[in-house]
Amino acid sequence: MASDVEPLVLKSPTLRWIEERLPLLSFGYRHLVAYPTPRNLSYWWNFGSLAGFILVVQIITGIVLAMHYTPHVAHAFDSVEHIMRDVNWGWLIRYLHSNGASMFFAVVYIHIFRGLYYGSYKAPRELLWMIGVVILLLMMMTAFMGYVLPWGQMSFWAATVITNLFSAIPLVGEGIVTWLWGGFAVDNPTLNRFFSLHYLLPFVIVGMVFLHLVALHTHGSNNPLGIDLTRKDKIPFHPYYTVKDLFGIAVFLLVYLGFVFFAPDFLGHPDNYIPANPLVTPAHIVPEWYFLPFYAILRAITFDIFWIIPAKLGGVIAMVASIVVLFFLPWLDTSKVRSARFRPIYRIFFWILVLDCLVLGYVGANPPEGWLVTLGQIATFWYFAHFLIILPILGKLERPLPVPESLSAPVLPRGAAVPAE
Amino acid sequence: MADSTASVEPVEGGKRRDFLELLTWSTLAVGTAAAIWPFIHQMNPSADVLALATVEVDLSKIPQGSAIKVMWRGKPVFIRHRTPEEIAEAQAVPLSELRDPEPDSARVKKPEWLIMVGVCTHLGCIPLGTAAGEPKGEYGGWFCPCHGSHYDTSGRIRKGPAPSNLPIPQYTFLSDTLVRIG
Repeated sequence: MASDVEPLVLKSPTLRWIEERLPLLSFGYRHLVAYPTPRNLSYWWNFGSLAGFILVVQIITGIVLAMHYTPHVAHAFDSVEHIMRDVNWGWLIRYLHSNGASMFFAVVYIHIFRGLYYGSYKAPRELLWMIGVVILLLMMMTAFMGYVLPWGQMSFWAATVITNLFSAIPLVGEGIVTWLWGGFAVDNPTLNRFFSLHYLLPFVIVGMVFLHLVALHTHGSNNPLGIDLTRKDKIPFHPYYTVKDLFGIAVFLLVYLGFVFFAPDFLGHPDNYIPANPLVTPAHIVPEWYFLPFYAILRAITFDIFWIIPAKLGGVIAMVASIVVLFFLPWLDTSKVRSARFRPIYRIFFWILVLDCLVLGYVGANPPEGWLVTLGQIATFWYFAHFLIILPILGKLERPLPVPESLSAPVLPRGAAVPAE
Repeated sequence: MADSTASVEPVEGGKRRDFLELLTWSTLAVGTAAAIWPFIHQMNPSADVLALATVEVDLSKIPQGSAIKVMWRGKPVFIRHRTPEEIAEAQAVPLSELRDPEPDSARVKKPEWLIMVGVCTHLGCIPLGTAAGEPKGEYGGWFCPCHGSHYDTSGRIRKGPAPSNLPIPQYTFLSDTLVRIG
């Protein structure tokens, strides 16, 4: 494997004729067959292809659902029940789609934390990371608008609450909310535009995923050691990683279909089986589980910031900032070492961040009362402190473990001379 | 495995590996087909559409010589209360003159009631001739304005591009004046 990528040899004259005019086969060959991939990738590297797989499942099931759904306030709820009861296999396709959204976020969150642990966002992969954050934002918008479509109580009040976030913007806030609604409350125009955008955005995600892959294939995958690998430490994508990714998909399907067939409503909220009622808000409204940490951050700001930013605006700013901060991560983390395997102190802070996000999720799921408010504020503070204070300082202070030169070269004992290359 | 050496030796024209490979691909093929089927079948008529597949029509209000249209499965069904002259005319036509030979007796359960799907067999337009005053074509039945097909008083194609007679739906007389279509 020391040689560079072996060229594609086409025996069929027809294929050669096509290839000369449209180099699709060599493109696929270069990126899906011969593509040199680190030979030491762990199963944490399966989650990228898994995310791509679910995106395709979501688009296919979504296109099918759109064939039977009616985006009108008088018919939306009934048309979803029609899908569940009357359409052939409609229940299966809808449960695949609704649970697919949850699975998509679960897989993408693991994918993101993988990147955080192994420093996959560091040079030269900063844009790869930032495109990923854009994909996350698009996913959040898509999931939110999709959740509104069944027009149940949770749909309606999620739409109301989330669109009202924009009213926190000084001066133009109210105007923006009216513009988003196409009226003076969440109503039929809102439902119609959400349906249109919910259909559009997944294809924008597909476009961003393509850019994500272009950026990825420019420098190749990072790896558990976080070091730049030479050609001899790489193996062709096919069959090694096509098979491994397929195996990952099979395992993933066990979990995914386990939910679909045995607990299809476990991740949802029963109130969404009550038709939307603009006159009654459910006693306890919560977003879907994948938004809970952000919801907790939104609610953590119960005080005016510096006496000039009102609490309402502060909460919205904090929530937006919790994602925006990720765009700056490649520069906030000042350590030159990518993998946490060689960063003993960062490794501890990484797991504290994971725990912090779980705490935020727990706080977001429960009513904002008593000590939970304080806990949410501490966890919110820690989330930002991790990125804005700890990472910049840690890169300067931490003494990393010796980093190996390559996969084959063992780490030299401390003090030994590094042999000339 | 006690006979692990057998796995690399040909056994009756095939190796164990060949068998495993065949099994893998077959499982994959069956699994894929099973996974794809719901996505195809979802486009077939749903349960609520199938539930509307019959309609009952009261015939007592249709005077002799006139006809009505009723909706059945989203299509018009023509119900014509034929006059004795129209029946005689339909019965008198020799089968050799017809493009789609079918005796009138095969197209009706009671000669005075002609019940058929009112969709031209050419390209799906609705032929004229049911409502009073509409052109009935050269054979006193129906005339399709789209491409000029003429149907006779038994709904059989006589002239124009349509290939076959207007189709007869399944129907049952529940009483002398009540018919169930579908």
